[in-house]
Amino acid sequence: MNNEELLSKLKTIISPYVQKQEGLNNLSEDTDFIKDLEINSANLVDVVLDVEDEFDIEIDNDSMEKMLTVKASIAVIEEKLAAK
Amino acid sequence: MNKRRVVITGLGVVSPNGMNVSDFNAAIQNGTSGVKYIEELNELNFSCQIAGYPVYKKDYLNNYFNQIQLRGLNASGVEYGVIAGLDAWRNAKLSVNDSDTPLWDAGVIFGTGILGVDKFREAIHKVDEGKVRRLGSNTVIQTMASGISAFLGGMLGCGNIVTTNSSACSTGTEAILMAYDRIAAGNADIILTGSTSDSGPYVWGGFDAMRILPYKYNDNPTQASRPMSTTASGFVPGSGAGALVIESLESAQERGADIYAEILGGNVNSGGQRNGGSMTAPNSEAVQQCIKKAIHNAGIQANDIDAINGHLTATTKDSTEIQNWCEALDRKGTDFPYINSLKSMIGHCLAASGSIESVATILQLKENFIFGNINCDDLHPDIAALIARDKIPTKTLDFSPNIIAKASFGFGDVNACVIFKKYR
Repeated sequence: MNNEELLSKLKTIISPYVQKQEGLNNLSEDTDFIKDLEINSANLVDVVLDVEDEFDIEIDNDSMEKMLTVKASIAVIEEKLAAK
Repeated sequence: MNKRRVVITGLGVVSPNGMNVSDFNAAIQNGTSGVKYIEELNELNFSCQIAGYPVYKKDYLNNYFNQIQLRGLNASGVEYGVIAGLDAWRNAKLSVNDSDTPLWDAGVIFGTGILGVDKFREAIHKVDEGKVRRLGSNTVIQTMASGISAFLGGMLGCGNIVTTNSSACSTGTEAILMAYDRIAAGNADIILTGSTSDSGPYVWGGFDAMRILPYKYNDNPTQASRPMSTTASGFVPGSGAGALVIESLESAQERGADIYAEILGGNVNSGGQRNGGSMTAPNSEAVQQCIKKAIHNAGIQANDIDAINGHLTATTKDSTEIQNWCEALDRKGTDFPYINSLKSMIGHCLAASGSIESVATILQLKENFIFGNINCDDLHPDIAALIARDKIPTKTLDFSPNIIAKASFGFGDVNACVIFKKYR
């Protein structure tokens, strides 16, 4: 799976939680979930669970805490996929 | 202190026999039953395999919840309460607060007995499997009792009291009186009130185990709920939600709202589980005192009451309830008011019963009718000995009531009685 495919899958996963549509339209690696997309912090755990389901991986607490931006999330997903 | 006048300006309902006020209004006038056979209850070895529950398609929820709220939603009581609550708000021609400032004078008092039972079951399974981290963020908000008032308060942007009351089967009527008190005292202008009750085997199972549900009507469910009849054999479990927008008369007049009816007052009390009262049975003295005090607080006389919407669940306690009304009002025979029980059509919606039945009561005042009791052709002889047969209509009457008393009684020996009046 290349970076573009990952980004596209991640976009689908986060879109239901996004409260600032503009941020989603301009989604890039630098996008911050809370600042740019206004995702409610309580929903970040739901994003992680949805990522686990989509990629069939398990994300530990330490990795979970890093997943605040698109870039960091992709890094975690790639790491977990590689470890499979 | 002078009490402010309090009126009802919006109604919403999610009932086993109607998913909105207009369908519900037609259903109760036509005597349409919402009690249905449920195959799942058969498979689970329930004795009583029928219940009254609201029927709608899942995509109906898109009109009330956003996509985030719908994710992982598995709490029927939240669904019913939000649908009924938002419908009542819109019916009152109030708008959703889009600003950053809460509506400081508007609140929510919305009761329930237990919330999100199916969601809680889901959580129990995950926790037991060691997968607590898989619960996600929505388990707490769907299973906390106050989830229903929290959902509604947030959707509408209310800044006054936002709470959930709980007093078993008197919950709905109690909620209305709590809202009335707060508005009458000048501590709020508008309160969305009502109550909701979950569906399903985990809610109804405990009652099935108590052997207080009818088990001989699985083949003809619509005849199972038989309040006041000789053949009454227990209450049919039900679920749903009723909602009312309650408002100070001043506030309603200022915004030119349509007024359904006025709340004159009421009373809540408990029999203390003494003198015949217990965890599951009411102390008759307390019931009578609750009714008498409600009449006193409303500033009317017992003779002013044109009709009663009873608790009347279809158990052996129905005769006792009629006896209590007779003594509290000091009226009997042909002098007794009309009396009816919505439970004959939809079963006993537990925590939601008081609010759904209050919506029915208010429709009677507004639309000038007394709905007929179905399944009551064989009136119980103990009741026939107390009040005239024609006071218990079996078909809807064309009648213009001025004042109706509505009472609900609950486990824990708790009582609530509210007095509604046609608005003039």
